Amino acid sequence: MTALLSLENLSVHAGGKALVSNLSLSLNRGERLGLIGESGSGKSLTSLAATGLLPTGLSASGSAILAGKQVIGASDRELNKLRGTAVAIVFQEPLTALDPLMRVGKQVAEPLARRAQRDGAPLSGAALDKAVLALLDEVALPDPQRMATSYPHELSGGQRQRIAIAMALACKPDLLIADEPTTALDVTTQAEILGLLDRLVRERNMALLFISHDLPVVANTVERVVVLRQGETVEAGNVAEVFGNPRHDYTKSLLAAARRLDDAMEGRA
Amino acid sequence: MSTATMTAPADKKSHSLALKAGLLLVGIHVFVGLLTLVWLPYDPTAMAGGRLEGPSLLHWLGTDRLGRDLFTQMMIGSRIALIVGIGAVTIGAIIGVTLGLLAAFASKWLDDALAATLDILIAFPTLLIAMLVVAASDTANLWSAIIALGIALSAIVARLTRILAKRVLVMDYITAARTSGSSWPKIVAIHILPNIWPTLSVNFALQFGLAVIAEASLSYLGLGAPPPNASWGRILQEAQGTVYTAPLGAIAPGIALVSLAIGVNLLADGLRDTIDPTRRAR
Ligand SMILES: Nc1ncnc2c1ncn2[C@@H]1O[C@H](COP(=O)(O)OP(=O)(O)OP(=O)(O)O)[C@@H](O)[C@H]1O
Ligand SMILES: [Mg+2]
Repeated sequence: MTALLSLENLSVHAGGKALVSNLSLSLNRGERLGLIGESGSGKSLTSLAATGLLPTGLSASGSAILAGKQVIGASDRELNKLRGTAVAIVFQEPLTALDPLMRVGKQVAEPLARRAQRDGAPLSGAALDKAVLALLDEVALPDPQRMATSYPHELSGGQRQRIAIAMALACKPDLLIADEPTTALDVTTQAEILGLLDRLVRERNMALLFISHDLPVVANTVERVVVLRQGETVEAGNVAEVFGNPRHDYTKSLLAAARRLDDAMEGRA
Repeated sequence: MSTATMTAPADKKSHSLALKAGLLLVGIHVFVGLLTLVWLPYDPTAMAGGRLEGPSLLHWLGTDRLGRDLFTQMMIGSRIALIVGIGAVTIGAIIGVTLGLLAAFASKWLDDALAATLDILIAFPTLLIAMLVVAASDTANLWSAIIALGIALSAIVARLTRILAKRVLVMDYITAARTSGSSWPKIVAIHILPNIWPTLSVNFALQFGLAVIAEASLSYLGLGAPPPNASWGRILQEAQGTVYTAPLGAIAPGIALVSLAIGVNLLADGLRDTIDPTRRAR
């Protein structure tokens, strides 16, 4: 079986400066991989490069194969086919991930209708509304009916992030990229959202690329990790191995910084 | 949430007050402008009374130096001002928004080139650009003035659109829409335009006022609508020689101009507040 996502020597440059260098990783259906590293280490850029969404001014080299298609150098049209179906992203900041001027029900309906269209079974009207409510229910939002007609600013951070997750699920992606999906949330909400992601990934047998600098969270969510520092891969492997027996100083310092890690590791063992 | 609900009533009140005042002021001008199409108190070109008469029951604002009824001319002025404002802003908006979006999406060097060009254009007063455009066309009439003003305004619209669109473009919801496979035209239509619209529309209202005043200036310089089109600027120009004996000829167009400009701005503010859900009290 070929990997769902396979990065080989992926680099991202801004002008002459390398922001991500020679990153390699691969991810199969049903697998969970964590991408960790401190702020600015190139985690988000990696996920954007892997989906062909780098902002203008940045360029990628190497190879990024998503669902059997080469992303690097592909045209926007080719990429669009992959984007609505193979992969979806949940972002860090739930407020900016939702259009402030659109009712959230409509925001969920957009990708839902597009995916249905692509599957050759177009959804519209009452059927689409029903599918939206079902999705809101699936991400455990209370009172979906009322939620659907709300604007983002009328929801709490956790509720917004659930909407963002519902939008990602609407694409029925094989790969879900979660870019620090809980960083902006308080601890209780954080645990709820992580639980939700965990359940959804399992139920739908998706692959998960989980980006975070919160080590305990990563340890609880994924099986394998890649540790980035200033765009360089410093360590990669099984969570228990990397966290239990870090070889690189950088990983050690990360671990030392994460004081709550011990509790988390005990939780796993 | 609690602060929002607490301040909501007061906010709502002032919003709707602005909206009402704007509707009233603009409504009067629109009503009068439409009325002139079917009815006028006097023939605007005929001598309807003595020269430079003061206000009376027959001539509410008196007459000008040719004995024409000033109120009749002011009414026609409303229609012309509305045509100029709507025409110039529409042209400016279509050209400006297109250029601005183009710049926002363009590659870096094209964007830089467009931005620099716009900055240079904006450095020239609107009126000066309009004068150049009118002078370049053979005949000075109302439409050449409107087109000239539209072109002059489009630079301002383009620059604003570019900045606003760029700000929206970096938002995660745009990336999210692209991740889910939305095409660019669709993203422009459902995310970018709605999100830049509240700010743009308020700017359009400012420009409406600017266009009406600029047309008055063009008319004043003899570059606007030729007679017998009584634009407010022309009325002002014709009244300037007799401003001490018949000040109404200068005061009335001034008040009309200001009331329309303020009305349009209040209306735009009020409308924005009802469109934008984050400002709208529930
Ligand atoms: N558009 C851009 N142009 C130039 N440099 C950029 C651009 N976007 C990001 N960078 C740089 O690339 C580096 C990696 O950024 P990235 O967003 O991937 O970090 P990150 O690991 O996701 O950090 P965080 O945890 O704060 O989200 C940063 O040093 C950043 O300054
Ligand atoms: Mg990031």
